[in-house]
Amino acid sequence: MERVVERVAVTGAEAVANAMRQIEPDVVAAYPITPQTPIVEYFARFVADGVVRTEMIPVESEHSAMSAVVGAAAAGARAMTATSANGLALMHEIVYIAASYRLPIVMPVVNRALSGPINIHCDHSDAMAERDSGWIQLFAETNQEAYDFTILAVRLAEHEDVRLPVMVNLDGFILSHGVEPVEFYPDELVKKFVGELKPMYPLLDTEHPVTWGPLDLYDYYFEHKRQQIEAMENVKKVFPEIAKEFEETFGRKYWFVEPYRMEDAEHVMVALGSTNSTIKYVVDELREEGYKVGSLKIWMFRPFPKEQLQELLNGRKSVVVLDRAVSFGAEAPLYEAVKSALYEVAARPMLGSYVYGLGGRDIKPEHIRKVFEDAINGNLIADEQRYLGLRE
Amino acid sequence: MPVNIKQLAQEFDKKEIGITQGHRLCPGCGAPITVKFVMMIARHLGYEPVVGLATGCLEVSTSIYPYTAWSVPYIHNAFENVAATMSGVETAYKALKNKGKIPEDKKYAFIAFGGDGGTYDIGLQSLSGMLERGHKVLYVLYDNEGYMNTGNQRSGSTPPGSDTTTAPVGKKLPGKVQLKKNIVEIVAAHENVYAATASLSEPMDFFAKVEKALNFDGPSFLAVFSPCVRFWRVNDDKTVEISKLAVETKYWPLYEVERGVYRVTRKPKQFKPVEEFLKAQGRFRKLLSRPDAKEIVDELQEYVDRRWERLLTLEEVTKDKPIR
Repeated sequence: MERVVERVAVTGAEAVANAMRQIEPDVVAAYPITPQTPIVEYFARFVADGVVRTEMIPVESEHSAMSAVVGAAAAGARAMTATSANGLALMHEIVYIAASYRLPIVMPVVNRALSGPINIHCDHSDAMAERDSGWIQLFAETNQEAYDFTILAVRLAEHEDVRLPVMVNLDGFILSHGVEPVEFYPDELVKKFVGELKPMYPLLDTEHPVTWGPLDLYDYYFEHKRQQIEAMENVKKVFPEIAKEFEETFGRKYWFVEPYRMEDAEHVMVALGSTNSTIKYVVDELREEGYKVGSLKIWMFRPFPKEQLQELLNGRKSVVVLDRAVSFGAEAPLYEAVKSALYEVAARPMLGSYVYGLGGRDIKPEHIRKVFEDAINGNLIADEQRYLGLRE
Repeated sequence: MPVNIKQLAQEFDKKEIGITQGHRLCPGCGAPITVKFVMMIARHLGYEPVVGLATGCLEVSTSIYPYTAWSVPYIHNAFENVAATMSGVETAYKALKNKGKIPEDKKYAFIAFGGDGGTYDIGLQSLSGMLERGHKVLYVLYDNEGYMNTGNQRSGSTPPGSDTTTAPVGKKLPGKVQLKKNIVEIVAAHENVYAATASLSEPMDFFAKVEKALNFDGPSFLAVFSPCVRFWRVNDDKTVEISKLAVETKYWPLYEVERGVYRVTRKPKQFKPVEEFLKAQGRFRKLLSRPDAKEIVDELQEYVDRRWERLLTLEEVTKDKPIR
């Protein structure tokens, strides 16, 4: 099939909604919440205009959105939803259930700060609150990545060795409402790539009745959790295969992480999401000034790509980690994971932890430059959490 | 002619009902009888049942892994969301049918079972959403008037004066002081629904309502008075007797509301005082020995009388006047 792409200027929300249009899931159940709302609006328009044959359930809450999607997926349908922040928190209980039932649900999460106090802007507190829920978590830097990951996630979720739900994270407003050029692939090509769902033990198969969600006590629950752990481990094997096929089909290469100007970099910055674009800009500036700096973008946060990090960060002079979320009373989530991974490497870099952008606080090139300067000057303390753009 | 018990017994002599023996509900529990009544009618009418359960006694006692008492497709998701879960199942059916992935002539019955906790209280929002959106699901409430699965805590359905662990009859307080929430009216207020009450002591009425509910073109709701012998403190052979008393004392009037049209389906010629219903159960024993017992019993009697009169009036004024 010919690969004729359509290059358009769209918001992240429109990009994701178009990926959903092309995937054309059987069922979408969603509840609008800022800044995810335009995704639901665009998709509702596709349904209203008959562009997709998807059945949409305009549920009365996010809790019911996830509940209905669990029901639909267990019934044997390809099912999707999308949410943000408080909506994700309201789903929380069923987010865990979706993963433990091994349902291949794909959910774009438009990252927004969790209340309270109430705030509608971007940070990663919503996604981080779900990091132990058993979902695969991908983070997009650009609208193109948000679009691509939504498509790729379907295959990853539905792979027989995985069968786990996937969150596609995109930064609230920055991506969801920010316009960028995105290349849309032809509908037929996307449909061919995602293929047909092969339902497992569907409820609607009355010839083979199954009991979904039995009471699972101390004599089996532990083994079932072990199987879930195994499925998550399998992602590490399956993801590169699907990413390769994605690249062959659409021409874009994805992996667990994206190294940027890392070859000889002595100081490396690690971050999630859209801030990586600003980081790359500063890396370029510093490179021009002769500093050996680079960055490492985390595309997949769960499962955490520990081996790749170890390989790429072993022997660097310093690694600085930017977190857009905190863990009260402990180290910030991304920093904690990176630090833990580096415990096992032969030549441990110096480490620095920087929290930024909570509640949508702007992150500027000068903030990032300051962090690199700390790294270059050896002004790093592994046990100190520092803050960017904060008044104190 | 509607099916009778004998015909059903013959039909299901060799055929599975959908819930099998070996479940771990208490002897005398109203819930499995409720399930059997519903499932037998569904299967008799040629439906393929797909059931969803809210967390509760029925759920935990019928699905202890690696065993299951269910021989039909079954899903339990959580406590408060069986209506949303079944909304998803029913919508999946619609989507797959539209795409030609399900045989045209296959008749599914999507049936949700929930206790009063999962229905009156924590699951009310989910239920309202399902009703408002018009999913074709039969929601069956087995109302045992308390959180019995967790050991007899008060619910929005617990009657006044009932002794529960979270609203106990104490030295000062007479147990729960509020009347039951009127769940059937709440459901009926969604207008485009079929809502009915049923009692295990009136199987013919029960069967007719299940049939009506399954054939209704939209969401349907059946509130079944479902004794909990354990925490109502009655002998396990009294389930049907207590159910009968509930109807005879106007405590559990049998009626239905179809798109706003009320019909009282059983009108006993004579009624017994509600006190007889209370006296028959140990859960009211402490209340009845209090000095203010009469006051509370009288209040309940007045309430059931007023409600009965109101139902008869509604039946009269809504006749042939569906709201939708």
